[in-house]
Amino acid sequence: MAATPLLELSGIDKSFGPVQVLHDVGLSVYPGEVTALVGDNGAGKSTLVKCVSGIYTIDSGTVTFDGNPVAVHSPRDASALGIEVVYQDLALCDNLDIVQNMFLGREKKRGIVLDEPTMEQMAGDTLASLSVRTVKSLRQLVASLSGGQRQTVAIAKAVLWNSRVVILDEPTAALGVAQTAQVLELVRRLADNGLGVVLISHNMNDVFAVSDRIAALYLGRMAAQVKTTDVTHSQVVELITAGRSGNIGLPPEKPSDFGGEIVDITPGGEQ
Amino acid sequence: MTTTTTTTAGGVKVVKPTVGSHLNDYWGRVRGGDLGTLPAVLGLVVLALIFGIARDTFFSSLNFANLFSQGAQYIFIAMGLVFVLLLGEIDLSAGFASGVCGAIMAILLTNHGWDWYTAIPAAMATGIVIGFVLGFLVAKFGIPSFVVTLAAFLAFQGILLKLLSGGKNISITDSFTLKLANSNLSVSLSWIFAIAAVVIYAGVQLNRVRTRLARGLVTDPIGIVAMRIGVLALIVLVTTALLTQERSINPVLNSVKGVPIVAPIIVVFLVIWTFVLGSTTYGRHVYAVGGNTEAARRAGIPVDRIRISVFVIGSFMASIGGILAVSRANSVDPNTGGSNILLYSVGAAVIGGTSLFGGKGKAINAVIGGAVITVIDNGMGLMGYTAGTKYIVTGLILLVAASVDALARRRAASTGNR
Ligand SMILES: Nc1ncnc2c1ncn2[C@@H]1O[C@H](COP(=O)(O)OP(=O)(O)O)[C@@H](O)[C@H]1O
Ligand SMILES: [Mg+2]
Repeated sequence: MAATPLLELSGIDKSFGPVQVLHDVGLSVYPGEVTALVGDNGAGKSTLVKCVSGIYTIDSGTVTFDGNPVAVHSPRDASALGIEVVYQDLALCDNLDIVQNMFLGREKKRGIVLDEPTMEQMAGDTLASLSVRTVKSLRQLVASLSGGQRQTVAIAKAVLWNSRVVILDEPTAALGVAQTAQVLELVRRLADNGLGVVLISHNMNDVFAVSDRIAALYLGRMAAQVKTTDVTHSQVVELITAGRSGNIGLPPEKPSDFGGEIVDITPGGEQ
Repeated sequence: MTTTTTTTAGGVKVVKPTVGSHLNDYWGRVRGGDLGTLPAVLGLVVLALIFGIARDTFFSSLNFANLFSQGAQYIFIAMGLVFVLLLGEIDLSAGFASGVCGAIMAILLTNHGWDWYTAIPAAMATGIVIGFVLGFLVAKFGIPSFVVTLAAFLAFQGILLKLLSGGKNISITDSFTLKLANSNLSVSLSWIFAIAAVVIYAGVQLNRVRTRLARGLVTDPIGIVAMRIGVLALIVLVTTALLTQERSINPVLNSVKGVPIVAPIIVVFLVIWTFVLGSTTYGRHVYAVGGNTEAARRAGIPVDRIRISVFVIGSFMASIGGILAVSRANSVDPNTGGSNILLYSVGAAVIGGTSLFGGKGKAINAVIGGAVITVIDNGMGLMGYTAGTKYIVTGLILLVAASVDALARRRAASTGNR
């Protein structure tokens, strides 16, 4: 597979007041691959994403994009690099239509007037490139779409901008079986189109279905980053719940530092 | 319903819009809770019929012309409130803000001898400053707009009293300012204006269809476009025909005919704000912030600035309402912009179809809702009801409109049309 990572994080620390949520986290994202980011509730997955996308500023650590160190201070910086995030809570406006949502904050204009035909054209082209072949209308309000369709619009919004890395935070969490399959197919297609994809998921089936690599966060630490083909289902579950599995994962003395806290974490009932 | 499909941008298959599918869609939206201006339009027709049957003076051209200057203040304040309501905020001070701005204009004209072309902009600038202060307090300090503008409601009432030295009435004599709410376009100008409005509207509609067709995009069915143009032409031309009738009681002495000047002023602002909301980035961002503030923020939209700006537009439009109110009354007094003005204006916006929950509303809502309010007030007056009865009825109608809004929202949530 691709040799050099497109996006590389190392030594990321992030605290909220006295609470350190991320400890020395590293992550590599390769073009053309789906990297699954897994971890229990509260492990810090969403926080890590928000650090990458410029919503939070990191306390220390480095972000390297395309081999160059970069500083991401705002969502605009991230977009400028070609990093797009599909947030867990979608960030769509129900009162706007599909095209309006896809271009929100980056509208095309002619003079001071919105250039609706161009935006509609680009939106249609992008949806088609994601093999979305039928919708009722591109001018349908997002409010009237199903969960899977909304997710599709959110993903299309992310790839509209020639983005190079797309990060999806639990895109299938709220979906039924059929819609989950569609969205996963879409995720795979993004990687096949050459993008670096990060898929955050709780669902081991999803992870094994589409990912090339798995990165497991455990209590704010990166327990392991492994190739999907090198690990089993139960090893990943162990990495998520205990931070280590056999000889991969955090060194043994680390988890024991946390003592009884491990017991407090709700074990994954998610498969 | 059987549907045919067609292809649009990128070869995506979509439902081919026909007159049938278009009407069906509209009906679907209405049943799904997105009522828009429908209740207000129906209400307007029903009310006009009731009052017209009960009192034949209601449809006289004199009374019809009166409706415009009577409703202008509500309509202007309501147009500004639409922006505020689009963000789910409220401005309870808009009524007295209009009074304060009107008073500033009157004082500058009468006590300081300013000309209309400096006094009117000064009143408008006052509105802008007021809106900026309100918006700043709401956006930057996070004080609920209900509280900020309730405080301002009281304070502006006080400022108005102080400006009028404890309650004196200040008259204006400037002829330009007096004409704004009291004069009419000449008959020929009235027709030129009416025909120009129809031609421009038709041109804009047809041009949109043409450019979209040229790009291979789906367009509204031509039947629907023709219907829109036809309905607008009918309304404008019938209205103009009525208003160009002689309506003076003694035409030999003093002929009165033509479209009231406030009508084109309302139309100009309606066009401006419709354009701003529908066709500019700013308008798009107002809807976005009102629909999902967090999504707007993540999209890089300056949420605070948008929030301040809607209050600026709100108070600016209130200042114009105040200018017209002073013009109509020939004077300003401590109750200009007071009593029922604010509630009628909020009522106009909401009855016209603007949601109190944010994200849904158009400039036209203020005009249609303002027409409903004015017709109720005027018609009940003709039928000899007292102010007490009028307030109760208007209050009930506002309550009905707000309930429709709230129920529509619940219905939308339950049908998935959140
Ligand atoms: N803004 C914040 N302020 C304080 N603590 C936070 C904040 N955001 C997240 N956290 C904490 O950080 C931890 C990681 O949260 P999160 O990144 O949402 O986890 P995940 O997405 O893996 O479930 C949790 O303990 C959460 O309570
Ligand atoms: Mg999360």
